[in-house]
Amino acid sequence: MKRIAAALATGVATLALSSTAALADETLDAVTERGELVCGVSTGLPGFSNPDDSGNWTGIDVDVCRAVAAAVLGDADAVKFVPLTAKERFTALQSGEIDVLSRNTTWTLTRDTSLGLNFTGTNYYDGQGFLVKKDLGVTSATELDGASVCIQSGTTTELNLADYFRFQGMEYSPVVFDTSDQTVQGFASGRCDVLTSDQSQLYALRTKLDNPDSAVVLPEVISKEPLGPVVRQGDDQWFNIVKWTLFAQINAEELGITSENLDEMMESDNPSIKRLVGTEGDMGEKLGLSSDWAAKIVAQVGNYGEMFERNVGMDTPLQIERGLNALWTNGGIQYAPPIR
Amino acid sequence: MAGPAVPTPPSGPAPWRNPRVRAVAFQVVALVLVLWVFWTIFQNTLTNMESRGITTGFGFLDNTAGFGILFSLIPYDETNTYGRTFVVGILNTLLVSGLGILFATIIGFILGVARLSPNWLIAKMALVYIEITRNVPLLLQIFFWYFAVLRTLPGPRQSLEFPFSAFLNNRGLYAPSPNLEPAFWAVAITFGLAIAGAVVLVRWAKRRQDATGRRFPAWSVSLAAVVGLPLLVFWLAGSPLTWDLPALQGFNFRGGVRLIPEFIALWLALTLYTAGFIGEIVRSGIQSVSKGQTEASQALGLRPGQTLRLIVIPQAMRVIIPPLTSQYLNLTKNSSLATAIGYPDLVSVFMGTTLNQTGQAVEIVAMTMAVYLTISLSISFLMNLYNRAVALKER
Repeated sequence: MKRIAAALATGVATLALSSTAALADETLDAVTERGELVCGVSTGLPGFSNPDDSGNWTGIDVDVCRAVAAAVLGDADAVKFVPLTAKERFTALQSGEIDVLSRNTTWTLTRDTSLGLNFTGTNYYDGQGFLVKKDLGVTSATELDGASVCIQSGTTTELNLADYFRFQGMEYSPVVFDTSDQTVQGFASGRCDVLTSDQSQLYALRTKLDNPDSAVVLPEVISKEPLGPVVRQGDDQWFNIVKWTLFAQINAEELGITSENLDEMMESDNPSIKRLVGTEGDMGEKLGLSSDWAAKIVAQVGNYGEMFERNVGMDTPLQIERGLNALWTNGGIQYAPPIR
Repeated sequence: MAGPAVPTPPSGPAPWRNPRVRAVAFQVVALVLVLWVFWTIFQNTLTNMESRGITTGFGFLDNTAGFGILFSLIPYDETNTYGRTFVVGILNTLLVSGLGILFATIIGFILGVARLSPNWLIAKMALVYIEITRNVPLLLQIFFWYFAVLRTLPGPRQSLEFPFSAFLNNRGLYAPSPNLEPAFWAVAITFGLAIAGAVVLVRWAKRRQDATGRRFPAWSVSLAAVVGLPLLVFWLAGSPLTWDLPALQGFNFRGGVRLIPEFIALWLALTLYTAGFIGEIVRSGIQSVSKGQTEASQALGLRPGQTLRLIVIPQAMRVIIPPLTSQYLNLTKNSSLATAIGYPDLVSVFMGTTLNQTGQAVEIVAMTMAVYLTISLSISFLMNLYNRAVALKER
């Protein structure tokens, strides 16, 4: 509670006291001068942003930050991670406490327009689902009339849940907690029948149960949840850098450039590859970065596919298939504009 | 702010040497400075938010909220506005604070008297209780009740059953709720009339005793009337009352009234924590009344109960009320810890979900602060009125 209060207080105080000088185009300079990227992540969501046994942050959202740091500072480890609850995240970004928010945040019209923030793209296409205990014998979300539902405060899932139950003519009682850990606790202790969140999160949170096999994810997906990084409005250069960092990773996968074969690819004659790795053209300079910006990203973090498989793929405890997140050439919808 | 009308006789000092003029001038300068600081902060905030493209203003209060709330005293659903979530939050805060204050006061007074009991066991038990509750952080006590006590209750299908169709499980306490039929208002009216009659009777009995010294058992007669008459009407009207019993249906119990565990945990913790402090305040108040007062009252032949009620308590109240007021304020403000366990109070609903869905931090934080300020000042005001009534009358 204190952290929320502190985040809100600094947020409001910064808005009140900071000078009214021009805000544009200053994030890149600030990050370069600091020598460190400050990145807002979740308080712990396996596969997306979670500290490992030795305290290092890992996950697909964490890798987005590391990729930006690699592009801007040349060092993927020059990142300071700030764990934020769903409630705190936007205030922390608005007030300038963090440079990028990469915290499984759903891109919506309201958030894009009224918060003074910009979504830079989608690093994970998700949808909301339901997790229930097996012994309830429920096989479809339409059988959930009257259920108690554990949910995290300040999320789009809170709104989708209300819409879904109202539209289906069913009743429910929402039990709202601040962190996803608390929602799992509530679900495990039986305070709620159902845990609802983005499906990827449900798989991740299920691994936190004492007996993960005692719960099932229902087949219904009730919403679109495109998750992506967020930056402040009014700094177009920084917006472009974060946006094209993800595009570079997706393009790298499409062109077959991986962290392993990067050295061979640097010698490639393919003009698309040459533009991406910076052996031709001045793509990096146009972003205000060095010409080998994308090569650094691929070398230190990998392409989009590597990032996906390492954090949430079939070899991880989450075992999520590429599905929607496959490249457009492989039946998915991950698609990036060309680098040229 | 108008120029001070200080007559300066021709032979008097110049205005800047006149102490009265100078005193006023400094006050004006200080006031202008303070106002300027606040105005700058206000303007700066607006400009900054505008330059960052953050929506401002209170228009959001009319927008549809679109999220559910676990527990509300007024009808609420997802189609209502953010403004209504504000009201729902305030009412939930007032409910838990009001009930907390009521029960903390009752338990606190019992504890205070028990602390001074000549019975060693009672006095020590009260002491142990007070020391434990006062010295364990409140948040910890809330977690204790919520996670350690209420979470370990069985699920709905294995509920603990109590008499009169009440059920307790980890979803809360379910009890039958009364269904009032139209004829029930006759019972309610009888009850009101009986209370009014009892008040008149007690006053008459006191006047008669003051005038003639003859006593009349006004209290027992009143009690009989207040309880008996409505029961009689209830029976005559053919029992115009049915009960809506909670019953297991699907996942949860339906029907009846329900106290959610978040409310029970918060209410218990706030009550028991504050009661410890109130107990000590009451003890100090009673001890502040000099022993001579009690002895004099006994010498006059008053019984111990009368001594306490007529001599000690009225004098003790003068000492008790001011610190009691701050305990009430503390309890109300502490109720914002609700957000830790998900009880939908003002901070959790309005400064939590609503703030996050709209992103209008400045407006919402300001509104929330204004609400707590208003509640606290109202409590202070009422308690000060009462304090004035019991304060020592100096004639």
